[in-house]
Amino acid sequence: MLGLGLLSLVLGAVDHTTSWLDGPRSVLTIALTPIVVTADLPTRSARGIQSIFSSREDLRSRITGLESELIFLRVKTERMAALISENNRLRGLLGSAAKLQDNVLVAELVGVNPDPEEQEVVIDKGSEDSVFVGQPVLDSRGLVGQVVDVSPFSSRVLLISDERHSVPVQVLRSNLRFVAHGTGIGQQLELQHVNSTADIKVGDQLLSSGLGNRFPVGYPVGVVDKVAFMPGKPFADVLAKPSAQLDRSRHVLLVFTETRVLEETNTSSGKGDDRGG
Amino acid sequence: MIAVADNKTGGLVTIWITIIVGMVLAVVPMPQMVPVELGFLRPDWVAMVLVYWIMALPHRVGIPTAWLAGIAVDVLLGSLIGLHALSYVLIAYVALSLYQRLRMFSVWQQATVLFALLGLNQLVGFWIESIAGLADWSFWYLLPALSGAFLWPWVFLLLRSLRRWTGMT
Repeated sequence: MLGLGLLSLVLGAVDHTTSWLDGPRSVLTIALTPIVVTADLPTRSARGIQSIFSSREDLRSRITGLESELIFLRVKTERMAALISENNRLRGLLGSAAKLQDNVLVAELVGVNPDPEEQEVVIDKGSEDSVFVGQPVLDSRGLVGQVVDVSPFSSRVLLISDERHSVPVQVLRSNLRFVAHGTGIGQQLELQHVNSTADIKVGDQLLSSGLGNRFPVGYPVGVVDKVAFMPGKPFADVLAKPSAQLDRSRHVLLVFTETRVLEETNTSSGKGDDRGG
Repeated sequence: MIAVADNKTGGLVTIWITIIVGMVLAVVPMPQMVPVELGFLRPDWVAMVLVYWIMALPHRVGIPTAWLAGIAVDVLLGSLIGLHALSYVLIAYVALSLYQRLRMFSVWQQATVLFALLGLNQLVGFWIESIAGLADWSFWYLLPALSGAFLWPWVFLLLRSLRRWTGMT
């Protein structure tokens, strides 16, 4: 009893301070994949049953809706392509490096951390798909979080609403820069150290600022939800609602940017405290 | 199943299947209709299954089984490796020293002892996390122990009928 207890303590300490146990952990993760898949079965089969019982008309109207949305998005992308090339030409004129297009990889959610204190999800892509620790994760509406743990066929994503997570943001309207912390409770972010005179109001859009070299610039992070200036307090209470559907999206996008080499040297230093850049 | 009744490996397979069912219950996602806060009520199924088997068959399930199950749970939940292993080893030790008394107890008396055991389990987990600087104390940590104690009679009856059906001794 003493031996195994001490062994557990030593393992815990080693796992906390070094990354030596990442190899065994990913091997065990593969071995335990059937359990995760089984646990996901109810959700998966519920969706399957739903699609079996949806009627012809429903499907038809859904297809029409999706087709029109596709056309709409295509038009938008065409405009975007023109804008990107124009932007790069202007940047060239200014003498700064051209911005590269980000590549994305679609991943599906296979698990949710059952502990409500920890807002983490498990996705079905891992190091075999060259996912790396610190990789930004998006959904169709905004920033979801970042990869914190990779095994060959799955990885763990820390959501931006987790208490341990912070993301550098910028207000779209006024270009003010802040750090958005997760609050751990539901769908809420908190902006810290907002000066009482800062130009920020409800409805302001927050974009990732790209500072800290972890997240790419310009992805929507959230919308300011509440601004309260407390008399006598140096900073205002500012809460924001994440743009991404953190608790609902079933598919997420993994972003590969060209600054990856730089990020890897950052993340290899330790896994505990430097999350969120 | 009856054919392998007095076969030792058959019994071990059944025990591990119940432990694995406990692990599945530990990671199964909550349906989206229920509020997130209900997640705090999720009991530690693996610990409950372990306590049952230690009480019923202490010569088969002991500290090594608890440790192995703990490592598996650590990997599944992504916690520090060794966290659940340590807490399961501790409650397995306490359960092993109490099993003769536990067998004499009525099911609700067992549930109160189980509340203490699961509470110890949660506390050890919390201590390790707080040493590693990962957690702040709140009484939410004890809720799984409470819900586990309330669910104990059903877990007990289910596992006992399974044990009798397979004829494990």
